[in-house]
Amino acid sequence: MDWITTVDHKKIAILYLWAGGLFFGIGGIEALLIRWQLIKPMNDFVDAQTFNELITMHGTTMIFLGVMPIIFALMNAVIPLQIGARDVAFPFLNALGFWTFLFGGLLLNLSWMMGGAPDAGWTSYTPLSGTAYSGTHGVDFYTIGLQIAGLGTLIGGINFLATIITMRAPGMSFMRMPMFAWTTFITSAIILFAFPAITVGLVLLTFDRILGANFFVPGGGGSPVLWQHIFWIFGHPEVYILILPAFGIISEVIPTFARKRLFGYSSMVFATILIAFLGFMVWAHHMFTTGLGPVANALFAVSTMLIAVPTGIKIFNWLFTLWGGSVRFATPNLFASGFIPTFTMGGVTGVMLASAPADFQFHDTYFVVAHFHYVIVGGLVMGLFAGLHYWWPKMFGRMLSETLGKWTFWTFITGFHLTFFVQHFLGLMGMQRRVFTYLPNQHFDTLNLVSTIGAGLMGIGTLVFLTNIIVTSKKPPDAGDDPWEDGRTLEWSIPSPPPEYNFKQTPLVRGLDAFWKEKTAGNKGMAPAEPIGSIHMPSATPLPFIMSVGIFIAGLGFMFSRDHFGSALVSFLFNNYIVTGLGLLITFGAMLMRSLYDDHGWHIEPGELEGR
Amino acid sequence: MMRTWQSARRLLPLIAVFGMVLAGCGREDLSVLRPQGPAAESSLGLMKLAISIMIVVLLIVFSIAAYVMIRFRRKPGQNETPEQVEGSFKLEVLWTVIPLILVIVLAVPTVRTVFALGDNHSGDKNAIKVKVTGHQYWWEFEYPDYGIKTAQDLIIPAGKDIAFELTTNDVLHSFWVPSLSGKIDTNPTGATNRFSFSAPKEGVYRGKCAELCGPSHGFMEFKVKAVSNDEFNQWIEAQKAPAVLPEDPALAKTFKEQCLKCHAVGDQGLSVGPNLTGIGSRQSVAGILLNDDTRQDGAPVEENLKTWLHDTQGVKPGNRMPDPSKDMGLTGDEIDRIAEYLAGYKLN
Ligand code: HEM
Ligand SMILES: [Cu+2]
Repeated sequence: MDWITTVDHKKIAILYLWAGGLFFGIGGIEALLIRWQLIKPMNDFVDAQTFNELITMHGTTMIFLGVMPIIFALMNAVIPLQIGARDVAFPFLNALGFWTFLFGGLLLNLSWMMGGAPDAGWTSYTPLSGTAYSGTHGVDFYTIGLQIAGLGTLIGGINFLATIITMRAPGMSFMRMPMFAWTTFITSAIILFAFPAITVGLVLLTFDRILGANFFVPGGGGSPVLWQHIFWIFGHPEVYILILPAFGIISEVIPTFARKRLFGYSSMVFATILIAFLGFMVWAHHMFTTGLGPVANALFAVSTMLIAVPTGIKIFNWLFTLWGGSVRFATPNLFASGFIPTFTMGGVTGVMLASAPADFQFHDTYFVVAHFHYVIVGGLVMGLFAGLHYWWPKMFGRMLSETLGKWTFWTFITGFHLTFFVQHFLGLMGMQRRVFTYLPNQHFDTLNLVSTIGAGLMGIGTLVFLTNIIVTSKKPPDAGDDPWEDGRTLEWSIPSPPPEYNFKQTPLVRGLDAFWKEKTAGNKGMAPAEPIGSIHMPSATPLPFIMSVGIFIAGLGFMFSRDHFGSALVSFLFNNYIVTGLGLLITFGAMLMRSLYDDHGWHIEPGELEGR
Repeated sequence: MMRTWQSARRLLPLIAVFGMVLAGCGREDLSVLRPQGPAAESSLGLMKLAISIMIVVLLIVFSIAAYVMIRFRRKPGQNETPEQVEGSFKLEVLWTVIPLILVIVLAVPTVRTVFALGDNHSGDKNAIKVKVTGHQYWWEFEYPDYGIKTAQDLIIPAGKDIAFELTTNDVLHSFWVPSLSGKIDTNPTGATNRFSFSAPKEGVYRGKCAELCGPSHGFMEFKVKAVSNDEFNQWIEAQKAPAVLPEDPALAKTFKEQCLKCHAVGDQGLSVGPNLTGIGSRQSVAGILLNDDTRQDGAPVEENLKTWLHDTQGVKPGNRMPDPSKDMGLTGDEIDRIAEYLAGYKLN
């Protein structure tokens, strides 16, 4: 119950972590099933239709429900602490964002049990995703589930923007902000501009499917290419939404374990902004084979290649942070150091893909599958592992086992390269992506076998990580305030896990790497910026949960509004939008209660603070 | 412009090494790495240039990474605090400018090739025009200048430019013959695509659909057969010849009533489904059952036809042909005799 009503950013972080972990597990199992099917030619482990559902759900789940929430988990856990705030700007909205994400994700995954999962790929290109070619409710689950989950992301993004703009501790100017706070800030800005595009796209596709509109149906004057533009205007920035936070994490972990400040901080900030900006300009590089013509292809090819420049700046700055440092390879830093070469490999294939005439060959083959997994698994997932191992003691007050951590790292990274490196060659040798099987004698067999073995190894690595979590949670709390000893930023200046109010007194920030600065000046902790006083806290409330349940019911009601059910009553309820209305009533009712009933929250008094 | 290209040429030795390593990869009639025509060659040329540049970048990053990780590893008892370096303007400019130069080296030939490959030969009198239409899950090839249609096997004269015009009849597909050229999508009419390639050498090349188009997307294969000019002309004439129907009138009637509702042979029938004229001399049945009398890489055409007709959904899940026995009421014996007849329907 506590968990359902909480508005505390640290608890919401943990909720995001468990929910994201759950979906990541589901997506991982889907990946293993896909790889098992492809272990040999003409395999019939799953049928063609199921395979397409598996790849669609794997991609969609991993991106929207697996890694994004884990990113949000880390942001929630860390950002307020890093900037010296007591919470996020809108704690109520923060809870609402989590619950809409969770119910959107549940809705999407219900499709497995309710007559067919989406099957048109995570890109859902029309007309394949239209009712004429995708007859089950699968794609409806996709459009409506993602719409609801996307609401949560948008809410979260806006919240972080507001938090970072308004709630930094005194003295923390933008150019003194930790890199992870910076990348969170930029990521949130990308969310703010990119998510509306997919929201509109999903609404139009929903109208096509449920209300019989023709936005993307060629026969009715609609345009499938329009969907591709809308999708990728969102979809390309989306990959930066994923990778920038990983950049932020790496920029925190490496300085801590090298005992050295980040090399070229201001150029890192500048490079991040530049990447975000360019990220919006290059969507059409996903569409080189659509037939946009040479002028468009040339422009998008060149602008895409330009992204290599700020990315290169980052890579070299990380390397030179290590240069001359005193580098300790604790698990977080193993992942961070493994990240650099691995991500670089994903980056260079990205530049290769940008060369449009070469992309005519790469596009929609396993070369692309290899490329984006190098970026999202080799980059982002490694970054997340680094971040989780790094901040785990801060979040839970317990150190993860270093031995198990090292096992996780070595099995995972070996498995990863085995799985995806060979896929570059599969693509070049003529294997298209999204194929449920392949004919023998095409020289594809051995490499596919290798790839499947690698995937198994990655699975083992993930299981070791889970074991680590379980083993650790059984131990008594053992983490000090600054468990890595070389913590540089504000979160390490308070207890692990932090008290509900984070900072007894808001800290005064005197420079970049504020806590490090105080430590090297010989101070015990941060200088306070305010006297001890009563701390205002927001009240717990079930309303965000209830609002999300309402949206969930409304979504289901709308989706099935055209169906006929065995029972006349049920059909009546759905076909007249009564279920939809009921769901919306719940949501708006809860909103009304929120506006009518003024909740002023509560206070923690100085006496209580001293009592600890 | 020229000068950057020249600096790219300095990478030639590296390119040559890669060329040799990569050339060992894959089947000659399928692999991007073993191009058989100018379009695929120009893509591969760019790929080699890009790979070479990228390998250089990787080598630099890997060596610095290995160096710092070994050299600056904290030793037991080492407890001093390293100097807190702010950054270095010079170094940072260096690694902004170098990638920029590398990008320009790649961008110039990229742009040039984009425009070169943009040439679609649609106005070229000497080019052979072919209209490609994608269907779930088969390919239709129409030669408007000759008034003929065929399916699954694209016959072209070796050495001539082929001017393609591509559309789809249903969902998006993507037309791809890796060893001859990059791919291009088939969009619905209104967004028709044009492009062109040629195959200098006679031979059979494997083609694929590269855009997810439904359950049997992976099975939406086709063959490109490049033949001599004479052979091509003979084939055109043979395609135009009147239909050959089964000798047994009863079977001919069944065939006409049931199969020619959708398919065509010679001057008869409709082309809702793939045109069957001369199917006995095709490379494959349904694009994936390879016809091979030696049985090494498939089965004889008659056997493949039987396999297909007895279990269309088993061969290609989700395909749109009605089932001959369940939906059209053909007996097993009729099916076998139709298969036999089709297998004997050859064009040469
Ligand atoms: C556990 C390791 C993983 C393995 C073994 C794996 C494997 C695969 C495979 C075999 C495919 C299908 C390729 C195709 O034929 O199109 C695929 C697709 C995909 N994967 Fe993964 N994957 C893994 C993790 C991830 C993660 C962590 C993400 C994202 C954060 C991800 C995102 C995607 C996406 C977006 C697709 C494309 C789906 C589509 O075609 O609609 N994967 N993956
Ligand atoms: Cu296809």
